[in-house]
Amino acid sequence: MNCRSEVLEVSVEGRQVEEAMLAVLHTVLLHRSTGKFHYKKEGTYSIGTVGTQDVDCDFIDFTYVRVSSDELDRALRKDALRNSGGDGLGQMSLEFYQKKKSRWPFSDECIPWEVWTVKVHVVALATEQERQICREKVGEKLCEKVINIVEVMNRHEYLPKMPMQSEVDNVFDTGLRDVQPYLYKISFQITDALGTSVTTTMRRLIKDTLAL
Amino acid sequence: METDINSQDRKDLDKFIKFFALKTVQVIVQARLGEKICTRSSSSPTGSDWFNLAIKDIPEVTHEAKKALAGQLPAIGRSMCVEISLKTSEGDSMELEIWCLEMNEKCDKEIKISYTVYNRLSLLLKSLLAITRVTPAYRLSRKQGHEYVILYRIYFGEVQLNGLGEGFQTVRVGTVGTPMGTITLSCAYRINLAFMSTRQFERTPPIMGIIIDHFVDRPYPSSSPMHPCNYRTTGEDTGVTYPSVEDSQEVCTTSFSTSPPSQCVFTVTKAHFQTPTPVVTDTLRVPMAGLAFSHQLSSSRLSYQPAALGVGSADLAYPVVFAAGLNTTHPHQLMVPGKEGGVPLAPNQPAHGAQADQERLATYTPSDGAHCAATPSSEDTETVSNSSEGRASPHDVLETIFARKVGAFVNKPINQVTLTSLDIPFAMFAPKNLELEDADPMGSLHSDGSSGGSSGNTHDDFVMIDFKPAFSKDDILPMDLGTFYREFQNPPQLSSLSIDIGAQSMAEDLDSLPEKLAVHEKNVREFDAFVETLQ
Repeated sequence: MNCRSEVLEVSVEGRQVEEAMLAVLHTVLLHRSTGKFHYKKEGTYSIGTVGTQDVDCDFIDFTYVRVSSDELDRALRKDALRNSGGDGLGQMSLEFYQKKKSRWPFSDECIPWEVWTVKVHVVALATEQERQICREKVGEKLCEKVINIVEVMNRHEYLPKMPMQSEVDNVFDTGLRDVQPYLYKISFQITDALGTSVTTTMRRLIKDTLAL
Repeated sequence: METDINSQDRKDLDKFIKFFALKTVQVIVQARLGEKICTRSSSSPTGSDWFNLAIKDIPEVTHEAKKALAGQLPAIGRSMCVEISLKTSEGDSMELEIWCLEMNEKCDKEIKISYTVYNRLSLLLKSLLAITRVTPAYRLSRKQGHEYVILYRIYFGEVQLNGLGEGFQTVRVGTVGTPMGTITLSCAYRINLAFMSTRQFERTPPIMGIIIDHFVDRPYPSSSPMHPCNYRTTGEDTGVTYPSVEDSQEVCTTSFSTSPPSQCVFTVTKAHFQTPTPVVTDTLRVPMAGLAFSHQLSSSRLSYQPAALGVGSADLAYPVVFAAGLNTTHPHQLMVPGKEGGVPLAPNQPAHGAQADQERLATYTPSDGAHCAATPSSEDTETVSNSSEGRASPHDVLETIFARKVGAFVNKPINQVTLTSLDIPFAMFAPKNLELEDADPMGSLHSDGSSGGSSGNTHDDFVMIDFKPAFSKDDILPMDLGTFYREFQNPPQLSSLSIDIGAQSMAEDLDSLPEKLAVHEKNVREFDAFVETLQ
């Protein structure tokens, strides 16, 4: 099974980065979250209710819908903040995965089944007029991204099979109180304005150190 | 169509489609209320939340949707459509979007109803929630209030897209395959918001001083009325109660099985109620031949006017109680009437209902927070006048709508006007060159001045290319407000302050000084006596 990969690119001003990231993350997670499962006997389960709420962006002319879960919102904000600020190119990956139990001494394997990559290009603007225009343009761009996300979601491609009670933690993140998203992780890659990525720099440093 | 679907699955599927259609209408209308929507997640299933989503049911909307469906379901050739339109204070209306729930012939016979179809319908509703916030009408609906309101209309049958103007765009929300066909949800939305002034002049020539508030004929005679997208809470005195969600005859409790899909357990319980609603039915009525699907005669409205229910024409819409006019100090701001309604209402509305509407329609003012980038602001008129290419801001809508001007000056074609024939005050001081050129309405406020055109007035510190004050533009007759403004921008200098005249008088004064001194010397004694009297 191949992992499905989608790439979205946005150009934003520095203070719009966090909101743009959250808009994309929440839109994807809205589609990839269910209500809490409540297992009953005979292998049946019922599903809780997912609420939604509108979020107006402060620095972008845009409103997005997110799942009504403050815990999930806090977790995503913590991740989105890591990549905000500064000029240059940043890349965030939202990866949905399944855990596959392995025998000892091997640890559980994480098998991604869908990866959303958001490339954020941060620009610096000088005048208020440019910022105003940027507000509108980024809003329009995000509208297009939402339409792209929805298009992918409604292709109804591979989704993990609904798990038995014993395996629910291998498919869903059951740690939240009110909703249950598919297991996901968020990773970042920040490239500064010179085009050098932090990871490649670190790799070079370590190599050089080892070579001595 | 022959399928292998069994009767229980067929029943379940019909039920799912019915409630999906109702929830779709709720999501669309609620997204156009002009407010942010917020519902709570619940870890325990409540039993009444279809598709495991917390979507509130506005009773009137459910009522209208059920009336439009009349017991039928979207099927091949029969679509359920929700039309979103904008209506201005002058009574002009414009279709903004058509949301279509359709069914086509492509069947997926292998799919499991109780599990896969249900979950995919849930996903489709989530997509609808997201998409309803990204179409242009969303931002318009967030700013509705005094100047315009957003209305909705539900009809069943053939999709009518002609009211969207040329070049409308479509976005597909999603599809769900079923053994009976593929359910498709899509939206067609207008992108050209500037058509209204032309249409208005074709139908109603401008008449000075009269606010025309009768309704414009719709291109397709639709008999289902428009309803405003605003909602009064049930706490208010309405006089009419619609069945709430708890009164619906069916409550959904879903259980899913982790065993193979063929062993899915799906239970739907029917709640027992004391007052069954006559319009609610869960049986699928077979349409009779010749029955018109798209006609639902009703004058019920969200505004709870008991007297109006069941009475009135099919095209009844809301009384709009706004004033359209130009306030020259804030050229992009409409005059807003007080809540008492100083503007004549639509004649065939009950006064109490109209008053109630008026109070409720002021939900969002253009000066609200971060969503006003496209709304007029005095410090950023450039953005307003040059709103984003292709995408019309609400201001563009308003600017072109209120083309008919109610003003004090007579409109005359500018090329037929001579200075002496201008019946405006101080016409003789008007600049000689009155050419009009196309430019920004507020071109005079550009910090870098204007590039090209000249008004011929050499006294200007900056050159005004053309001045087109908002809401005073007249397609047929040239603006006089603009002329007035331009002429009074540069009043003539006072003669006493002009250098030439001043220089002349000073020279004369200097020449006459010796004579005056001689006269004064003769009268020295008189002057001294005068001074002594003062001491």
